[in-house]
Amino acid sequence: MPRIKQTANQVYDWLERRLQVEGPIKEAVLHKVPRNTASWWYVFGSAAFTLLMLQIVTGILLALVYVPSGAEAWNSLNILNHEVPLGWFLRAVHAWGSNFMVAVVFIHMAQVFLFGAYKYPRELTWTVGVFLLLMTLGMAFTGQVLRFDQDAYWGLGIGVFIMSRVPIAGGSLVHLLLGGPTIAGATLSRFFALHVFVIPGTLLFLVAVHVWMVLKLGVNEWPMPGRLVRKETYTAEYNKLAHEDGIPFVPGAFWKDLIFSGAVLAAVGVCAAVLGPFGPSGQPDPSIIQTVPKPDFPFLWIYAVLSYLPPSMETPFILIAPILMIAGLLAVPFVASEGEKSWHRRPVAVLALSMVAVSWAVFTHLAMSTPWSPHMSAWSGDPLPVKYLQEATPLVRQGAVIFQAKQCRNCHSIGGLGGQRGPTLDSIATRMTPDQMRYKVVTGGGNMPAYGKNLSPPEIEALVSFLETLHPKGEPPAFDASQQAAQLNAAPVGGSTTP
Amino acid sequence: MSDVSDSPKKQSTGPDIHTASEQASDREGPAIVSRRWMLLKAGIALNGLVGLAMAVPIVRYLLAPVRKDDSYKSWISLGDANSFSVGETRLVSFKNPYTRPWDGETDNVAAYVRKESADRFTVFAINCAHLGCPVRWFPQSQLFMCPCHGGVYYADGSRASGPPERGLFTYEYKIAGGQLQIDAGQMPSLSNSAKLVNIDVPAKDGDCRCRG
Repeated sequence: MPRIKQTANQVYDWLERRLQVEGPIKEAVLHKVPRNTASWWYVFGSAAFTLLMLQIVTGILLALVYVPSGAEAWNSLNILNHEVPLGWFLRAVHAWGSNFMVAVVFIHMAQVFLFGAYKYPRELTWTVGVFLLLMTLGMAFTGQVLRFDQDAYWGLGIGVFIMSRVPIAGGSLVHLLLGGPTIAGATLSRFFALHVFVIPGTLLFLVAVHVWMVLKLGVNEWPMPGRLVRKETYTAEYNKLAHEDGIPFVPGAFWKDLIFSGAVLAAVGVCAAVLGPFGPSGQPDPSIIQTVPKPDFPFLWIYAVLSYLPPSMETPFILIAPILMIAGLLAVPFVASEGEKSWHRRPVAVLALSMVAVSWAVFTHLAMSTPWSPHMSAWSGDPLPVKYLQEATPLVRQGAVIFQAKQCRNCHSIGGLGGQRGPTLDSIATRMTPDQMRYKVVTGGGNMPAYGKNLSPPEIEALVSFLETLHPKGEPPAFDASQQAAQLNAAPVGGSTTP
Repeated sequence: MSDVSDSPKKQSTGPDIHTASEQASDREGPAIVSRRWMLLKAGIALNGLVGLAMAVPIVRYLLAPVRKDDSYKSWISLGDANSFSVGETRLVSFKNPYTRPWDGETDNVAAYVRKESADRFTVFAINCAHLGCPVRWFPQSQLFMCPCHGGVYYADGSRASGPPERGLFTYEYKIAGGQLQIDAGQMPSLSNSAKLVNIDVPAKDGDCRCRG
């Protein structure tokens, strides 16, 4: 045994004499950090790094089978899912790793923002972090494209329509994005190059810069209300804190990083094993139009925002909002590079973060429940509740048939089934008089197309008489008070006022 | 130790191969120093020049896909013009004229053909004018509906409701040898020539968008 130990030492010495890394590594590992930074709040950055490593490893493993060709990509994904032993698991780990990475990067950013960690002298660390966020989202989007299915195809289509709104250069940008005039093999090839070479290369370089600055500038101390950051005094104060009340980074703070990273990896593994890989959905054949494309989770909120914009706002918003968002993020450490770090005394920061988080959650939820999308098969697939047709006259029944056959159901739900683009019609008769319904059906308005050209007058009559019956028992349908009064007044004379 | 690791770097930066012992001479006469600096600058200039010369073909290569719309497009037959019936809107598909062998099924393109009269057609792109999702035709209600954000269009392609700012895109068409042909090959979007076609205004008689 002593001989083995001796040989090992000799090998170590031989290597160290040439590599000379012991010094820098020891310095990095044992550098002192303020005691209270050994916190569970400080584990997200290292977890993001661990996930990046996981993505690189699983990505390389997937590349052993995946074929980045427009004609073969979809088939190779199915072979990964169904033929290659545990290919589905590798795909699932990569996909869930991606979702976790996006989530952890956002949480890391929120924590850094809340703890004022972007303030002097860590402004550049934040700036690099913003670009790391953009790179992470870039990986998520390009990765979704490599899953070359219908969602990828039409997601690229959305990219094309966003690009095409750029004034003057729009057409050229679309050609550059797609590598040609349409979404095709050339498009997949360039997204493969972006996903596998360009973005990961940049990402690794920026991570190195980011971590270097964390080592050089020290981990942000725990914010205390009243302990203000001043450029003149901060470095001395921090060094005092780190040296007088500090602990070596390893093991003092690092054990929490390790345990959290391990837990995150385990969570990815469990999600992958239980919930499986994403797709691929249908093959990327644009002549198959029976599809409801949806972006992956990190981009759902954009999908929701884009549906709520009024038409006149689309182009300005799509082109200007991302620039403002990124500029806003980059400006944070330069607008507030000094002063309070504690969230107890930064109400605007707390409110801003809460507002962003709530908006994001609401839009993501809306995107998942898609109240704005018509349900394309509701008219043929969702039955009308029987109770609405009991004791119905032939005219009312005819109206119900028209209601189904003319796709009204695609946007209006009844009995809990159907689209939610328009209002639910279960009690429409209590809200609109027959005249108002006729007017709305014929002229449309708001988000409703005008049916005047597509329905004959008898059809409209039948439809309205069906809609008139849609009110809860005991709640009378709406009526036009003035018309009723006119009728009552006219009645004694013996004439009718209705035309 | 650090001197040892430094010296190979120094040697590789310039043509003047000196030993570490010459480091002291850096602090000597300005003539020697300026000669070294001049050589260094010459090296940078040479690399800059070569880099620039390389960049020109690289940029040209990168910009290769950027072309005029017309260079991608050509006339494609959608079949016998008489095979469509007047008043009907029908889904057709064709092969994209600009293809690569590895495009696979992505070179299938769908379109809606609406025959308005014996020799008048409207050929709609499948893509919603909002964000490009494929719209579906419902003959019962004579509406196109988009599954993404709920854009709806009337039978003539004009906007009915939802987020789109305009009507559906149309292809130029002509009838040659009894065949209905369209000028296709480019994904329609707000930036290409499709935007010049204003289909919100009903076409007047004789206002045929056909070419040739």
